[in-house]
Amino acid sequence: MKDVLWDLAAVFGPLSFGTIGGGSSAIADIHYQVVEVHSWLDETQFVEAFAVSRLAPGPGSLFVALLGWEIAGLPGALVATLALFLPTALMMYGVAAIWSRYRGATFLNAMELGLRPIAAGLILAAVFVLLQSLNGGWAARGLAFVSAAVLMRTRINPILLILSGAGLFLIYDTVLA
Amino acid sequence: MPAKLQIPPPTLLQLFMAFARIGLTSFGGGLSGWLLREFVETRQWIGREEFLNGLAVAQALPGINVTNMSIWIGYRLHGTIGSVIGVLGILLPATTLIILLGILFGTLTDVGPVQVALVGAAAAAVGLPMHLGVTMVLHLRRQVLPVAIMVISFLAVVWLHVPLLWVVIGLGSVSVTLEWVRLRRGKP
Repeated sequence: MKDVLWDLAAVFGPLSFGTIGGGSSAIADIHYQVVEVHSWLDETQFVEAFAVSRLAPGPGSLFVALLGWEIAGLPGALVATLALFLPTALMMYGVAAIWSRYRGATFLNAMELGLRPIAAGLILAAVFVLLQSLNGGWAARGLAFVSAAVLMRTRINPILLILSGAGLFLIYDTVLA
Repeated sequence: MPAKLQIPPPTLLQLFMAFARIGLTSFGGGLSGWLLREFVETRQWIGREEFLNGLAVAQALPGINVTNMSIWIGYRLHGTIGSVIGVLGILLPATTLIILLGILFGTLTDVGPVQVALVGAAAAAVGLPMHLGVTMVLHLRRQVLPVAIMVISFLAVVWLHVPLLWVVIGLGSVSVTLEWVRLRRGKP
């Protein structure tokens, strides 16, 4: 048990600095570590935890709390969450404390602009990995694309969209069965 | 010019409750928007300018934007203890809830229809990062360099399984330096 907790901290701690432009950028690497390297969860468990995390309120990155919970119960949830949030939280705290000295500095703009394409690449990696993890074949993948298209065109509430996805699959399953 | 209203600073409990409320009621991401509404517009605890400065820092630094913002706002209002309360407020209640949801769905996965519904829910949920990804790609500067860096970071993670930390440090330092040089030369 202790070993698992240590491994969780060792996996999620470094990932903390990879969460640029939001937590989704770390999903591809989280998947690789949790499913492929450590075999803590299988593809289905992983993608289902992702779905639950998108249905829940709050920061989407609490996804890792859920993964930690499934891997090692309450201690797992605490360790995974702390490991992912604490390192960058301390960094932000440091900047908040010394901010007045660096107001409007060029390097902050450079940092924001420079990290943007990396964040974009990492989000695409997350999408790629999640699409591969989906079971339900091409119907599920097709639904993911439709869902993205709906989000681009409308201001639909994401919860409604996810529930509609669940409903559509229930109907699809009943009709085919 | 209207007289500036003197809003008394919130107590630590009020601060915690305000963050907890956002953590528990904001669905589907975009929490920074909720923070703006709650802290700047509705309660007027911090100024818009100060909020936007914080947002720029929160987005530039690694870390989850909304946690970074809760540290920023908490620090502005109550110093160190304020930033701790801010993070706890946004994370603690929401973490409890997500685990309860996980347990609920975990006990239900043996029920056939629930599993089918979860596959559908997961498929639709993948649309969220996909939408984000497309938006980010569309907002990228149409130049070789940003696009190349995007493609390299994608391949590094998906194909070569380079640890995320090294992608951000390695590729990030190159990309940030190049942007810095560009900004110094005064290019838009």
